[in-house]
Amino acid sequence: MRPRSRAARKAADAAASALAFLAAAAGTAVLFWIMAEVFARGASVLGPAFFTRLPAPPGVGGGGLANAVLGTVIITLLATLMAVPPGVLAGVYLAEFAGNGRFASAVRFGVNMLMGVPSIIMGLFVWGTVVIATGGFSAWAGAVSLALIMLPVVARTAEDMLRLVPDSLRESVLAMGAPYWRAMLVIFLAARNGLVTGVLLAVARVGGETAPLLFTALNSPYWPTDLTKPTANLPVTIYNYAMSPYRDWQAMAWGASLVITAGVLALSLVSRFALKTGTERKAKR
Amino acid sequence: MTDERRRTGTAGDKLLRAAAAAAAALVLFLMAALFVGLGWHSALSLSKFGVGFLWSSEWNPVAGRYGALSSIYGTLVTTAVAMLVAIPASVLLAFFLAEIAPPAIAKPVGYAVELFAAVPSIIFGMWGLFVLAPIMSEHVQPFLGEAASFLPFFSGPPMGIGMLTAGLILSLMILPYMTSVIRDMFEMTPRSLKEAAYGMGATRWEVTRKVVLRHGAKAVAGAFFLGLGRAMGETMAVTFVVGNSHRISASLFEPANTIASTLANEFAEASDPLYLSALAELGLVLLVMTFGINLLARRMLDRFGAGSGGAR
Repeated sequence: MRPRSRAARKAADAAASALAFLAAAAGTAVLFWIMAEVFARGASVLGPAFFTRLPAPPGVGGGGLANAVLGTVIITLLATLMAVPPGVLAGVYLAEFAGNGRFASAVRFGVNMLMGVPSIIMGLFVWGTVVIATGGFSAWAGAVSLALIMLPVVARTAEDMLRLVPDSLRESVLAMGAPYWRAMLVIFLAARNGLVTGVLLAVARVGGETAPLLFTALNSPYWPTDLTKPTANLPVTIYNYAMSPYRDWQAMAWGASLVITAGVLALSLVSRFALKTGTERKAKR
Repeated sequence: MTDERRRTGTAGDKLLRAAAAAAAALVLFLMAALFVGLGWHSALSLSKFGVGFLWSSEWNPVAGRYGALSSIYGTLVTTAVAMLVAIPASVLLAFFLAEIAPPAIAKPVGYAVELFAAVPSIIFGMWGLFVLAPIMSEHVQPFLGEAASFLPFFSGPPMGIGMLTAGLILSLMILPYMTSVIRDMFEMTPRSLKEAAYGMGATRWEVTRKVVLRHGAKAVAGAFFLGLGRAMGETMAVTFVVGNSHRISASLFEPANTIASTLANEFAEASDPLYLSALAELGLVLLVMTFGINLLARRMLDRFGAGSGGAR
């Protein structure tokens, strides 16, 4: 290696540090910029009407997206109910039963790979199976597509969180003569903060997902009264309204963006808080 | 877990074990079902166009002729733009967070970076279309067009939307994932290695470049691949700003299509079986591409146990 002068090395270090500072400043600034735009443009259309009324035709003014808010809540809840039990069970299998055998590493590999599958592919897959089999777009199909995205996230965090529970706890419950499933209840209780965090993170991750819903739940201008029919939801409404030429619809899209962003960020912050208090308590013990 | 414990074998334990194993098997079943399901629906297009589907640039729903080349091209070009920006930015950002910033600054900036990862794709799309694209068309693209007019990438009308804007937004979206994995590498490099370098008088940047990035080279490459896989499959943000055109052009200012944006855009209007089948085959191509990239990423990351790939 060619020896370089002290001055040149110092200059390189200073330049790299300056660029790193710039990258951090620019990154943070862009995040705040995006947030500021969403809040500034979205806040003006958010009022009681937004959360209580059905959409108005373009040009009429007024109206709200109450049906889409409700639909998003319903679809996300259904997805959570579908994804959490198998996700947590898969995590239980990996953390408690599997060890490091071949099947276990295959499942871990599968979890990682599922996590990397683009969300639009999940939507296409659910269209090709659920939508075609049931004969139409529906809230159920939308929920299945979101559940498929949540499943690996829940499984992964469940495994990690269950592994954090010390073996001594398992052993003391079992030493009292309890069967393993009874011990699991105690372990779940010990890992509850982490498990809740995993679920919240998974919900946050799908809360704003749009692409899979285009293929499954579609959208609707009506109240979500029948889960086997196309169902209104905020993300697809944002997409449709933003792409429309109408100013008032575009404004509504910004309002919906604000609702989604605030919801997703709140979930992320709450989950971080839950994890934090969980680990702090553990550290104090 | 000892053997005696397994032998306790009450009905409850057997049930729990069976349910857990079934859930674990479900994961593998789903991964396989994705390929089979998309393959099944691609059958019509596969039999009609064969492998030529991959390099035919014709996409003509009216004539019923479909080829993936324009979508694959758009995917590769927007992803390349994203990586050109995100690779140096993520390394610098991780360097800043791990080595330069005092904890009082690194903590909030680290939070901000992680919050970035939580912002949904469609929000980036809204911002890209209504905020960034006008700025690109009024300021950035005219400037690039004049300053680098000899390059074919920066020619054409400054419309604001197109492959350059899509690539830039993609780079923002993958930055947090890449940064967090690379940042982990700084923490996983043995202290003794770093301190030995510092002890010899190396500067912070030299320690980063010659010790951390070299020691963790594989994991850092894994982080890049993780970002690449994400960028390829990103849909909504790209669909908003890429312009949705099946023309293949050298200029980054021109509108184009990625595989994901074609799917999002045209699925609703695809009525005949062949059109739907061609879209399913596009999806299959994307699945194979992202699966391969993620496979590489895992290979590189697993040795270090780094990078949970989004489930932070």
